[in-house]
Amino acid sequence: MTAATMQRNRPSGFRISKRVLPYVLSLPALLVCIGILIPFFTSVVYSFQRYRLSQPWARQFNWGDNYISFFTDPKFWNTLEISLLYAGITVLLELLLGLGIAMLLQKRSTLNNFISIMLLMPLMTAPALAALMWKLMTNPGFGVLSYLASLIGLQDFRWASSPSTALFTVVLVDIWVYTPFIMILLLAGLRSLPTQPFEAAALDGVPRSFVFFRITLPMLTPYILTATLFRLLDSIQQFDIIYAMTQGGPGDTLTVFQVEAYLNFFQSTNVGRSAALMIILWAITYFLSNIFIKNWLRLRERARGQA
Amino acid sequence: MEHTSLLERILRGVALTLVVIFFMFPIVWIFMMSFQTNETILRIPPQLVFKPTLANYTALITGKLTTAAGTLDIAFMRNLWNSVFLSVTSVAVALLLGVPAAYAFARHKFRGSEDIAFTLLSFRFAPALLVLLPLTLYFQKLGLSNTYIGLIWVYQLICLPLILWIVRGYFEDIPADIEYAYRIAGHSWFATFRKIALPLAGPGIAAAGLLAFIFAWNNFVFALVLASADKQPVTVGALAFITSSGIQYGQISAAIVLSITPTLALALYAQRYLVEGLSLGAVKG
Repeated sequence: MTAATMQRNRPSGFRISKRVLPYVLSLPALLVCIGILIPFFTSVVYSFQRYRLSQPWARQFNWGDNYISFFTDPKFWNTLEISLLYAGITVLLELLLGLGIAMLLQKRSTLNNFISIMLLMPLMTAPALAALMWKLMTNPGFGVLSYLASLIGLQDFRWASSPSTALFTVVLVDIWVYTPFIMILLLAGLRSLPTQPFEAAALDGVPRSFVFFRITLPMLTPYILTATLFRLLDSIQQFDIIYAMTQGGPGDTLTVFQVEAYLNFFQSTNVGRSAALMIILWAITYFLSNIFIKNWLRLRERARGQA
Repeated sequence: MEHTSLLERILRGVALTLVVIFFMFPIVWIFMMSFQTNETILRIPPQLVFKPTLANYTALITGKLTTAAGTLDIAFMRNLWNSVFLSVTSVAVALLLGVPAAYAFARHKFRGSEDIAFTLLSFRFAPALLVLLPLTLYFQKLGLSNTYIGLIWVYQLICLPLILWIVRGYFEDIPADIEYAYRIAGHSWFATFRKIALPLAGPGIAAAGLLAFIFAWNNFVFALVLASADKQPVTVGALAFITSSGIQYGQISAAIVLSITPTLALALYAQRYLVEGLSLGAVKG
């Protein structure tokens, strides 16, 4: 080989490696995840099968039967209803509360910054452990919250162990854990808003409610949308808090999607029904996450632009 | 805003006080319970003043609880160790895999790069049990069920998307010209990556790692499904502890305090980066 061809080879070899390089860099991460993608497709297959772990011999494709039977299955409608109710209530209350707290803390001061950091602590607590903390506090025997409830006349308030108040109790824990999430995103949003419109409004003596509804809210909307959709995606899949607190009970009061699928799989060993439930939940979250990612990208571009 | 009335300032103060009480009370209360004996815990009305005891913590740390009925073994330290080991290793693996990938996504727009990046992101939003339930059956066949390797692998579902998307943002913030200049000076891409890109994105990588650690530590459902007692982290262990020991409320509180302290401490340390991390890089704090 002559020196000339060698010289021609080197740059071309370099170019190929440059084209391959990004794949080489991202391939390991991808491979690790592909292993996890396989179970996803398995779930799809299972959801079209009659498959019980207790009766492996009776395993066969029943095509849409798992899904069709949902239409006449009151347990399924209960699951759907309680999941949507849980997600709707928690996200709505957390949004209102988070927005309120963010506006209280908007002005930069040592005290406000200190409080906003303190309020992050519930968010950093594992949701399952948070549920246990509230379980201890609502214990009928010695729980401090049961005692406080009895002081205001609720003598036999049974928190998570009564069907009528179980939803209230888990929603309360969810609010405790996740309101800081919305609060901290909206606080960052509020503090990043340009100040001129507010100064102009103050000069013109515009009423505060007008400033809030016509200036603050519209400008904050991208942040509100992102935070809300993010929470909605997580909340409709809530498992930790509900399972740690009541394991879906009492009865089937709190059998949201993931809890119901878990119980179906491990207690009644009905793999087919469990998989079908998860596919339906996945369809809901896929729909939501597409809307979310659009908003999230827009906000991300904006954040990058500021940098 | 200087001319806020006195009434408004009082109302704001009251509202903030209520907010702080609601969010801080559970942590303070459990912390107090962890220093009480079962007798003081069970007293009604609940006691605000009590003689603190370290007995709950010594029982947990020594693993032996002596009661009137006999000695009870507590495996909680094992759970704590599992949490440390699983979280640290998962984050280390995720950094090893995720940082080069993040660099590739930030610097090279290659075919399918966005699709891959978004597929990885979508893991963050898919229901965990959708994957976990079939995975238990696979793991049994592969001999991975109840192993650290299996758990660390699945923990990548939490850690990788987080690290990938946060670190990618930090790489994108580095002007590409700095790297070109270094390349033109005759250095290989790897030297450029190591000497220029990595140090400049360093704080971001550290922050992403800390956040991934917090999320791995706080995870519950993965280990609940895939691990049995000797491999379980604190989140699952504490729940089992309540079921098994029933009435040892002081020890349970102490166990909860020990379990949440690491994440709270890390969060305080990394709070500057929390906003950006929690929103996966969409909002800057």
